[in-house]
Amino acid sequence: MSETRTDRDAKTGRGAHSAATLSFSFDGRRLIGRDGDTVAASLLANGVTVCRETPVSGAPRAPYCLMGVCFECLVVIDGVGNRQGCMVPLRDGMTIETQHGRRQPEETQG
Amino acid sequence: MKPLTDIDQLAEHYDLAIVGAGPAGLSAAARASELGLAVLLVDENPAPGGQIYRSITTTPVSDRAVLGADYWRGRDIVARLKRSAAAYAARCTVWSIAPDVESDASPFEIGLSLDGRARLISAGQVILATGAQERPFPIPGWTLPGVMTAGAAQIALKSSAIVPKGRTVIAGCGPLLYLLAGQLAAAGAEIVAVLDTTPRRNWRAALAALPDFLRSPYLAKGLKLMAKARRSLRFLGGVTSLAVEGSDRLSAIRFERGGASESLACDTLLLHQGVIPSVNLSNAAGCAHDFDPVQHCWVPQLDDWFASSVPGIAIAGDGAGIGGAESAALRGEVAALDTARRLGRITIPERDDQAAPIRAALGRTLRGRRFLDLLYKPAAQFLAPIVDDTIICRCEEVTAGQVRDAAKRLGVTGPNQMKAFLRCGMGPCQGRLCGPTVVELIAEARGTTPAEVGYYRLRPPVKPVTLAELASLPQSEAAVKAVVR
Repeated sequence: MSETRTDRDAKTGRGAHSAATLSFSFDGRRLIGRDGDTVAASLLANGVTVCRETPVSGAPRAPYCLMGVCFECLVVIDGVGNRQGCMVPLRDGMTIETQHGRRQPEETQG
Repeated sequence: MKPLTDIDQLAEHYDLAIVGAGPAGLSAAARASELGLAVLLVDENPAPGGQIYRSITTTPVSDRAVLGADYWRGRDIVARLKRSAAAYAARCTVWSIAPDVESDASPFEIGLSLDGRARLISAGQVILATGAQERPFPIPGWTLPGVMTAGAAQIALKSSAIVPKGRTVIAGCGPLLYLLAGQLAAAGAEIVAVLDTTPRRNWRAALAALPDFLRSPYLAKGLKLMAKARRSLRFLGGVTSLAVEGSDRLSAIRFERGGASESLACDTLLLHQGVIPSVNLSNAAGCAHDFDPVQHCWVPQLDDWFASSVPGIAIAGDGAGIGGAESAALRGEVAALDTARRLGRITIPERDDQAAPIRAALGRTLRGRRFLDLLYKPAAQFLAPIVDDTIICRCEEVTAGQVRDAAKRLGVTGPNQMKAFLRCGMGPCQGRLCGPTVVELIAEARGTTPAEVGYYRLRPPVKPVTLAELASLPQSEAAVKAVVR
């Protein structure tokens, strides 16, 4: 999906529910998300087009199924890699990063 | 309903464990609980509803016309569960179902995780209500950012009230295509075209099943959806080939119809060619599956009560074969009744009495399904891609050409052998997005059928589990003895 428009007009009625906004970071950028959205949905809503690079060829990938089946939306959340962004509810203060290919041994300290 | 938010709140044992809180799981849990069974309903999503009723209790979409009356019917199903005594664990993943070797009384040991912590609990009976997934739709360039499944767009709309920005193209076939196009358009998406890949010759095969369809509840609903979508959107039928253009993201969709090739610039492409049962958990639990030639997918072997080949495991809902939301709920009830009978809670005559009206309703909801299956059977070139460079295993980046070559030149006869040669099916999705395609390609290359080729032999854990989760499991005496020398 390209940048996803949050349709706040009468069409979807979004905005009628004043869900709390959450603050999180993606690759160091501060972003705002809606409480109740998943990590993958929040990234899409913020116009993030790529969430990982494949371990095989380094090709860019983005969420594909949004229902836990395809494992394309894998991201690093609070330092833990291979998290399915579409299955993880967004939390305030989350640090989310693009997952670059394979996990390297030096990343697993801690 | 007892909501469980922490893994420690789960009991050691339940009469019945149900996996999946869509219409089948919700109805099975409610019915079994009403019959007095101690029920645990587990679902990995944050809220009940499955995919069809996703976010029914939490959706930010308040204009009821956007998602339509059928969606809002999910509220009643969830309300029934809430009135029941069933325990419900959201965001809880079942990664293993195995015979419990340490106990005669509770035949199943179930491995689950919630918030990064794992547990093993036992259950007397299991109902799998894991539903369906979209049928893979491998076309050149389908891995590029900007390409998603139609279901994904529907999920984003239901759960977050977001729609794709910019020019959106929907491509594929199946009844859901019209529903989704209508919902997205109603929500304000800019749909520049719907590319219909339904093979024209399918009409001939489907005609024999038309009389039943004419008496089916699908008909009026389907015609209304189709008419509405066709009135307001640009439909292009008879599409015979699709290829995504773009270097690091989608820029256009190239398609062929009537022998002419066209390209359409777009920002989002949504692919859909029907749904198929999600078999990973049932397969890993040892249930036997057959290839259904009409629905053209693997379905578990089930009896009249949705009992699988593994005693004590039943499979209800679309995981038992695609039937739609209404049939899923009814199947869940039928499976729950037989579960209660097997646990000695009701007698066979009581079970049969209670099941009779449900079965009658089930027959009505499934009438006409065969027509839809035959009409919307995907074309061969979208099941087994012709272009060699087409990635068919998204995780391990294996192409159609590699699979064909391994089948033809190296004599690989089945999908499990193919794993050893090419690693297809060995990535994190565990074959969910390549299995059906690998089978098609082998069958085509070797001049045989998917049924003959067979499917991946899947194993637990069916969802990734961290070592930390496994290490945190309580150690039984038997487990210690197994490894200490």
